[in-house]
Amino acid sequence: MAEMDTSSGGGHKKGPGVKKSKKLSTRVDLTPMVDLGFLLITFFIFTTTMSQPTAMHLGLPKDTDKPEEQNKVKESGVLTLLLGKGDVVYYYEGQLAPDASNLKTTGFKDVRDVILTKKKSTNPSDFVVVIKPDKESRYKNVVDILDEMLINDVKRYATVDISDVEFMVVQKTQEAAGIK
Amino acid sequence: MTAMCDVAFLLLSFFILATKTKPPEVLTVETPSSVSTRIVPEKDVILISIDPTGRVFFSLADNNQKEKLAIIDAVDKARNLGLTDAQKKAFGKSNSFIGVPFSQLGSFLNTPADDLKNIKMEGIPVTDSTNNQLIDWMLAAKSAFEGKKMELLVKGDNNSKYPAFQGIIAAFKKNDLMKFSMVTNPEGVPAGSELARENQTKRLAK
Repeated sequence: MAEMDTSSGGGHKKGPGVKKSKKLSTRVDLTPMVDLGFLLITFFIFTTTMSQPTAMHLGLPKDTDKPEEQNKVKESGVLTLLLGKGDVVYYYEGQLAPDASNLKTTGFKDVRDVILTKKKSTNPSDFVVVIKPDKESRYKNVVDILDEMLINDVKRYATVDISDVEFMVVQKTQEAAGIK
Repeated sequence: MTAMCDVAFLLLSFFILATKTKPPEVLTVETPSSVSTRIVPEKDVILISIDPTGRVFFSLADNNQKEKLAIIDAVDKARNLGLTDAQKKAFGKSNSFIGVPFSQLGSFLNTPADDLKNIKMEGIPVTDSTNNQLIDWMLAAKSAFEGKKMELLVKGDNNSKYPAFQGIIAAFKKNDLMKFSMVTNPEGVPAGSELARENQTKRLAK
C-alpha cells in the first residue's frame, strides 16, 4: 500500500556539491478514507427506507333510513365474510341459517378461492360482498380483506357491523374449534 | 485501492441521495401491506394513528400552522375547555400529536415539549359511541380545512383490534367525511389474479 519515502538518500552517490533533491512520494494513504467511506455506507444502508408507504383508498357509504336510498341486494348474490379471532374467516352465502349450518370456516390464504367461486357462480350485477369484522379481529385482517376485494376486482362490497346473532355463532364456532 | 475507493464513494453518494430524513416518530406503528400503488399524500394531511394497544392519536403536519390554531380554537369552543392562549400556542408549536381525552388536554398542553416523551398518553376515546371525542376533533379539522382539500389518513397497527378502527370510521361518518385513505406498505399483486390481469391489459394498452 501507500508508504512514505522517508529514506534520506543514501542510495547512489551524487557528485560533490550537488544537492540531494528530496523526492516526496505523491501517494497518499487512502486506508482511513476508505474506512470512513464504508462506515458511512453501512450507516446509510441501515437508515434508508426504500419503499415509500402507499395509501389505500376507501369510501364510506352514507347511512340512511330512507328505503329508496338504500341499496337493495339479492339474497342469492350475497357473500358475507365474518372476521374472527386468530386470523380466521367465517363465511356464508345468502342468509345465515337459524342453526348456522351454512357457516363455513376458512383462512386468509384461501378466502380468495371462496370469493372467486362465488363471483363466478353469480350474476355480476347481483354480486355483493359484506364484510363484518368482529371485536376480536385485528386491523390487519380488515385491510387484508379490503385488499382482497381489490385483487379480485369485486365491484360492490361493504363493511358492516356484526350482529349479535352472528357474533354468538362465531363465538360458538370458535369454542368448538378451540380458538381462544 | 483506488478502484475500491471509487466504488465505496459511489455507493455512499447513492445512499446519501436515496435517503429521506424522517422525523423521529413518537409512535411506532407497523402498517399492514396492500396492493395499492398510490403514494401517501404529504400536503394538508390529517393523520389518525392507532397503536397496537388500540390507542388513537390525532395529528397534523407542522406546515399547517393556521389550521392548527383554527382546530384548537374550535375544539376549545365546542367543549368549553377554557384553554389559555399560551396553551393554544403550545398546540401550534408542538408536533401536535394528540392522544389524550379532552379532560387532560389542558395539562397536556402545559407540559414542556421536552417532557412529552415521558408522558403516558391514553389515546383519544373512540370506542364508546356516546363519548367518541374524535368526532369533535374531526369537526374542528373539517371547518379548519374549509375550501382546501383535506387528506384524511388512517395509520393503523397490524395488531390493533377492530373497535378502534370502527370508532374512527364512526367519527368520519358523523362529519360526512366519506373518503379516506389507509397507510399501508406496498405489496406485489398476486400473479394470476384479476387485478394482475387488469394491470397487464392497461400496460399493453399503453
